[in-house]
Amino acid sequence: MKKITARPYSLRDIPFHYCPGCMHGIAHRLVAEVIDELGIHGRTIGISSVGCSVFAKHYFNVDMIQAAHGRAPSIATGVKRVLPDRVLFTYQGDGDLAAIGIGDFIHTAYRGEKITTIFINNTVYGMTGGQMAPTTLIGQVTKTTPFGRSVEINGNPIRVCELIASVEGVAYVERVSLHNPKEIIKAKKAIRKAFEMQLNGIGFSLVEALSACPTNLGLSPLEAVKWMEEKMIPFYPLGVYKSPAGGGLSA
Amino acid sequence: MAKVTFWEERCKGCQLCTTACPKKIITMASNINEMGYHVASVTEQKKCTGCGLCVIICPDMVIEVERGREN
Repeated sequence: MKKITARPYSLRDIPFHYCPGCMHGIAHRLVAEVIDELGIHGRTIGISSVGCSVFAKHYFNVDMIQAAHGRAPSIATGVKRVLPDRVLFTYQGDGDLAAIGIGDFIHTAYRGEKITTIFINNTVYGMTGGQMAPTTLIGQVTKTTPFGRSVEINGNPIRVCELIASVEGVAYVERVSLHNPKEIIKAKKAIRKAFEMQLNGIGFSLVEALSACPTNLGLSPLEAVKWMEEKMIPFYPLGVYKSPAGGGLSA
Repeated sequence: MAKVTFWEERCKGCQLCTTACPKKIITMASNINEMGYHVASVTEQKKCTGCGLCVIICPDMVIEVERGREN
């Protein structure tokens, strides 16, 4: 009998602290599977961010550094410049990358640092209790927008992939979703491609993975998946935003 | 011939696997585990085709699928 088991070698055998229905676990597994498949386990260094993914440093079975809030790309830059043969990835949430860390992130992209960023977008600040994030959708109710996010008061949500797709130093940008098996398989291919861009020395690569936060949305995990399909994916269209062969959206 | 097993202690009862199963044979059991979640289970084991989609979607790596001929 052939066994299909999920746990890759690059992921430690300890239970995740994430809430039921949170898709961080899927994203962790995909990154670890790609590290295993590319055979870069011994020379990969991960930078975990602040937020729910702060404990990613416990889960990945590779060298990990825990960065200050939003500073993961800068730390990755430093490590990559000192040890250019290592494979660097940062694992950041939307509160970390799109709010406090957007300056570090954009400058890292403009410098064209050869690192890979895995960006998990769940539209809220998960760990601190569901406050509005820069990526919160218009009309979405959070702890700090009890009547829904409005453009007049809170401004427009940041679409990170579109924002950096025009930057020269960026090699690869793709937005994927983690809400069903088909999209998860696509997401794994995207993460693999992003790591390959770094291994080939082409430039900065970003994979934005849409995820649900059922706890802070106040929905059950299944309702949250439906919410993602109906509200989130129309606002954050999936696809490749930049690749070396040519840009443009491909669904 | 396929067999699916759940690591019940790790299951958080999120039910994502129930949406992924093309045969719709994954249901939530009435018993709860140590963490207090209703765990996922399969009632009609014979209907499982071993596609492994539940393995792909499970965030907590609870599911193990065996497929192929029995030795």
